[in-house]
Amino acid sequence: MDSFIVISLIKTVVVFAVLLTTLAYLQWVERKVIAHIQVRPGPYRVGPHGLLQPVADILKLITKEDLVPPYVNRPLYLLAPFLAMTMALLSISVIPFGPQIQVAGYRTYMQLTDLNIGVLFVLAVSSMGVYGIALAGWSSNNKYALLGGLRSSAQMISYELPLSLAIAAPLLVSNTLSLRELVERQAGGIWHWNVLHGPFPQIVSFVVFVIAGFAETNRVPFDLPEAENELVAGFHTEYSSMKFASFFMAEYANMITVSCMATLLFLGGWVAPWPAAYGSSLVPPVIFAGAALMALYHGIHPARRRDRYSLPVFGVVFLIVAAVFLLPMVQSWLLPLFWFCSKTGALLFMFMWIRGTLPRFRYDQLMGFAWKFLFPVAVVNLLVTAFLVAWFS
Amino acid sequence: MDVILFLVFAIIAVVCAINVVVQTHPISSAISLIGVMGSLAVLYLLLGAEFIAAAQVIVYAGAIMVLFVFVIMLLNAGAETRKGRSFMVQLLGVPLLIGLLGLLAYFVQRLYLPGVTVHFGGFRGGTPLDIGRALFTTYLLPFEVTSILILIAILGAIVLARKEMD
Amino acid sequence: MTEVPISWFLTLSAVLFVLGVAGFLFRRNIITVFMSIELMLNAVNLTFITFSYQLKRVNGHLFAFFVMVVAAAEAAVGLAIILTIFKNRGTLNIDDVDSMKN
Repeated sequence: MDSFIVISLIKTVVVFAVLLTTLAYLQWVERKVIAHIQVRPGPYRVGPHGLLQPVADILKLITKEDLVPPYVNRPLYLLAPFLAMTMALLSISVIPFGPQIQVAGYRTYMQLTDLNIGVLFVLAVSSMGVYGIALAGWSSNNKYALLGGLRSSAQMISYELPLSLAIAAPLLVSNTLSLRELVERQAGGIWHWNVLHGPFPQIVSFVVFVIAGFAETNRVPFDLPEAENELVAGFHTEYSSMKFASFFMAEYANMITVSCMATLLFLGGWVAPWPAAYGSSLVPPVIFAGAALMALYHGIHPARRRDRYSLPVFGVVFLIVAAVFLLPMVQSWLLPLFWFCSKTGALLFMFMWIRGTLPRFRYDQLMGFAWKFLFPVAVVNLLVTAFLVAWFS
Repeated sequence: MDVILFLVFAIIAVVCAINVVVQTHPISSAISLIGVMGSLAVLYLLLGAEFIAAAQVIVYAGAIMVLFVFVIMLLNAGAETRKGRSFMVQLLGVPLLIGLLGLLAYFVQRLYLPGVTVHFGGFRGGTPLDIGRALFTTYLLPFEVTSILILIAILGAIVLARKEMD
Repeated sequence: MTEVPISWFLTLSAVLFVLGVAGFLFRRNIITVFMSIELMLNAVNLTFITFSYQLKRVNGHLFAFFVMVVAAAEAAVGLAIILTIFKNRGTLNIDDVDSMKN
């Protein structure tokens, strides 16, 4: 019992430290990705390749003046960012990152807790997240903020329906609500993942889920609640300093949650694309070694003056990582973690890619798309899946 | 442990419920009501109703109350204005309510001797599996009737909220 | 004492129900009145779940489920009615909505 509490505490600390660091660096990654889409270097000055930019951003946000306008509804104004942040971070507690592992004689799962209603828990927590935005918009007592809050609550209610229906279809195939069992039923390679697994491949509901996930996290092209050229900054117009930052962190945490859920529901979680017997365990070292060679090559032929020193260092680090992946003692937990993170990371990259590519919807297009296209598609997909699952079982 | 959990969330529920009645601004009432629903969800978990607890948060707190908050924000409803209310309400309302509460509490205490107790994990029949099985066998007809009810509600809401036909 | 007497749950439910009735009777804003009804429904749900625990049967959960469905349908229609009232009369005070009285 005591060891259970200690292990849980350690896991909680580790998961939240990693999560918060990821949140800070996701911002850096996004700026870099958008910069490269627009053919410019992005953050470059603070640290090598701007790697210390998140630290600078956090220092800037903390030391800014924390302004509370006199005309706001104070209790709700202070509650809103707290609510948004809490609800965004809470759902990580049921996400499994890997299988059971053995550390210093204790067997434990790479997951904070496994609920047998895990999927419902994530849905419930994410549906509470809308209050943060709606209350921020309302309590600011500002018409732009109010419009942002109104748009966001209408958008969240509308897109929650296709989202839930898209989640229901793979659950019918896997026949469980526990996130860990969900992954265990998809074991054995890419043909067993829900997105490709028969009787009916869930590719349609995967696409619907990702689109609705974009809308739920208020990302481009669905970022109408904070459309800066019509609503100043939308619901967070009146927020400054860390309160402003917590809305940002909530948005990024929601992105991570949506990507994790898509990975677990459709892409087989931590399962490798093909069995280790056919060499899937050699993929991570090859990828990292390739990255190391690229970095070393560009270090010898630098595009900018600083690259001559920074890129060889990166190359050596990547080589060390590639070597670590070959050690048999860490492979049992590092490989699942690698596959989970690479799938989630690919989806997160898609979030950024689309932000750099697509324009914003008009409001009536947004609602029409949800109700006239996405919702019927999700319903038909669910019906077909249910029929086929019943037919073949 | 169970007692502490119960007391904490029961007190939160009661305080929030009092706040629903006392606050003059509808949005404060709505937030308090969400507090009541959240703490009731925890109490449902204590009673072994995991599916209903999740549904409580998803349906009640996550959908119905969002709709309320949305309408309050849309109408930009201000605080309630106090008007002269009827003499009978002022005179009789509170004593009658206390009487109702006393009566209910009396019956509860008479019918349930302290022997029957609740502890976490004492009932495990509230999983989605059990609910689904009962829903699609014993309660199939009521379930289908509710779907017709929802259809009627959707039609009613659309008819009521549509713009006037020109 | 580590176990909660079942009568505490039922008493809590009674308290919440009476508070809902109080809100229904004393408040004049139609939205708050509507929310008081939801509070009463929640109190009844707690009773259903408690009885379900006591009888060790799942039936109470299903009643609570149906109550939720009906509450959702009721909220949709009720809020549409509130919107229509506000559009036609410009008020949310139920004392002002009295054209049937005369």
